[in-house]
Amino acid sequence: MNIVVCVKQVPDTAVERRLTPEGTLDRASLDGLINELDEYAIEEGLKIAEAHGGEVTILSMGPDKAAESVRKALSMGADKAVHVLDAGLAGSDALATSLALAAALKATGFDLVIFGSESTDARTGMVPAMVAERLGVPQLTLASKVDVDGTSVSIRRVSDDGYAVVSGQLPAVVSVVEKINEPRYPTFKGIMAAKKKPVQVLSLAELSVDAGSVGLAGAATWVDDFAARPPRTAGVIVKDEGDGGSKAAGFLAGRKFI
Amino acid sequence: MAEVLVLAEHSADGEVKKVTLELLTAARRLGTPAVVWTGPGAQAAAARLGEYGAEKVYAADSADFTSYVVAPAAELLAQLVASVSPAAVLVAGTTEGKEIAGRLAVKTGSGVLSDAVNVTAGDGGPVAEQPNFGGSITVHSTVKAGTPIIAVRPNAISPEASAGAAAVEAVSFAASDAAKTAVISERVVAEKGERPELTEAQVVVSGGRGTGSADGFAIIEKLADSLGAAVGASRAVTDAGWYPHQFQVGQTGKTVSPQLYVAVGISGAIQHRAGMQTSKTIMAINKDPEAPIFEIADYGIVGDLFTVVPQLIDEIQKHKG
Ligand SMILES: Cc1cc2nc3c(=O)[nH]c(=O)nc-3n(C[C@H](O)[C@H](O)[C@H](O)COP(=O)(O)OP(=O)(O)OC[C@H]3O[C@@H](n4cnc5c(N)ncnc54)[C@H](O)[C@@H]3O)c2cc1C
Ligand SMILES: Cc1cc2nc3c(=O)[nH]c(=O)nc-3n(C[C@H](O)[C@H](O)[C@H](O)COP(=O)(O)OP(=O)(O)OC[C@H]3O[C@@H](n4cnc5c(N)ncnc54)[C@H](O)[C@@H]3O)c2cc1C
Repeated sequence: MNIVVCVKQVPDTAVERRLTPEGTLDRASLDGLINELDEYAIEEGLKIAEAHGGEVTILSMGPDKAAESVRKALSMGADKAVHVLDAGLAGSDALATSLALAAALKATGFDLVIFGSESTDARTGMVPAMVAERLGVPQLTLASKVDVDGTSVSIRRVSDDGYAVVSGQLPAVVSVVEKINEPRYPTFKGIMAAKKKPVQVLSLAELSVDAGSVGLAGAATWVDDFAARPPRTAGVIVKDEGDGGSKAAGFLAGRKFI
Repeated sequence: MAEVLVLAEHSADGEVKKVTLELLTAARRLGTPAVVWTGPGAQAAAARLGEYGAEKVYAADSADFTSYVVAPAAELLAQLVASVSPAAVLVAGTTEGKEIAGRLAVKTGSGVLSDAVNVTAGDGGPVAEQPNFGGSITVHSTVKAGTPIIAVRPNAISPEASAGAAAVEAVSFAASDAAKTAVISERVVAEKGERPELTEAQVVVSGGRGTGSADGFAIIEKLADSLGAAVGASRAVTDAGWYPHQFQVGQTGKTVSPQLYVAVGISGAIQHRAGMQTSKTIMAINKDPEAPIFEIADYGIVGDLFTVVPQLIDEIQKHKG
């Protein structure tokens, strides 16, 4: 089975993230990590390949630096990678990102595409559904459990009030939520092996994607202005001296919560 | 004035969710609000929708919406976008709402804005206010292509009543084969009990690792119930299996903006704050005076939660009695 896992490089959430004057994320000055949820997607892809045979290809769209995350994904055990790299992609919104990813998926071919359900930087949570729409294949998203049986996939789709059992025929798009598995760590052997694994770099022209439909040039959404939100300031902090609960109740009563 | 389509969120038995009223409130600022109702129950819900300014209710009564994953709803909206040329489409910024918005954006070649906490009319169309990076930056964005599609965060806009005709208009709809590829065969609804929904609640009480165990976490539920609140949890708690995953608040969990957020035994890691720091009022109980949660709390108690919380519950009961 031909499994493709989509991996986004994101800035470390533990450091301050800034916007450029154009209102796009300043990705160049920040250390990148694999979007955490995508590690679960990689793990799920590797497990399915181990159980059913097949290859796992990593697909990432991003600047030069994204190559680090691609290598890390390969060191976890994926077989090869496709890196969509083009200056024209900088500042792409969700619509453009899904266009480029769908074009790359058509070019590489796939039986199963696995996404994380959300990135930690933009958090739109829309890209997997958009890619399913563009490719015209079943959307089996928000999975906390995935079962593949050769020609079809069945998942548990989590919802606010429980879950649904959803199935569809291959080829299909899946997105996973955390808790689906425990992502493996790269081994030393894996890290060494990853250095020799093939990474194909594809430009917009090679994907026949019109540069005017992606990046800032093709943006369907626009950031007009932005400002740092005034940081919350600490209020009153009191020590419990046997009356902490009463004081808390006093605060709540003062604000009319009780 | 052009219509503004509002995709209604409602329960299986037809109860209108609060976020729908919030969307209607925002829609009134942009044009004439027209609700899009999927499945049965539009007629019964019309009165309620009219109270919040719905002029029209497009009712598409089809089983396809519950039989297949999101694609039918996106198809219905695309059909209406083509026939009424709305000024904008508003959907709830829930995981499912955002997926519908995404598919609709692709179908109509439109820009889509996610996680808006406010929507206003601007010269170049609707302006969405989006908190980014866990609420540390506020952005104003607009849509440059197609029909503006905006996913609005639940509980961010206060619903305001305003009378509307809420005229129900049946829409004939049958999902295409392409929208029927992800088949729902079973739904398992978790026991929700009497508590409000986490993302819609006015008050949220969340517990962290400080509760020590699943048994210890029960004190959080008690406090929540005394305040009529929803229960939330930090990731340390959901990872340990002390409380179900769907109640996790934070960057990889739910984002909440209640009137009051009470953090108990939670350190206040940046990834937790990302999901709650737009709350109106924050109260924290933690035994460590250095805990970062105190940096953003309006009121903090430094103490052991197992002594502070029971006393707090007693006091709340006294206030009620
Ligand atoms: C703060 C901020 C806010 C933004 N708000 C909006 C907005 O409102 N509307 C809008 O259209 N755009 C928005 N963008 C742009 C958005 O970041 C990009 O379109 C992004 O490339 C895809 O969206 P996402 O990260 O939200 O994807 P999500 O849908 O959250 O990601 C889901 C999954 O898709 C896959 N994926 C996503 N991007 C890539 C990639 N580059 N390569 C490989 N796999 C990928 C991963 O598997 C990921 O787990 C915003 C960007 C920022 C920084
Ligand atoms: C990519 C990524 C995503 C993440 N997403 C999330 C997320 O969505 N949500 C989230 O919550 N976390 C998330 N985290 C984890 C986050 O970094 C923290 O590890 C987590 O929030 C810690 O949970 P906690 O505050 O309950 O536990 P701790 O940090 O261990 O804090 C426990 C607190 O309880 C206090 N305490 C202990 N005993 C008592 C007592 N008896 N009385 C009073 N106080 C007591 C302690 O002083 C301490 O401050 C994420 C991490 C990463 C890397």
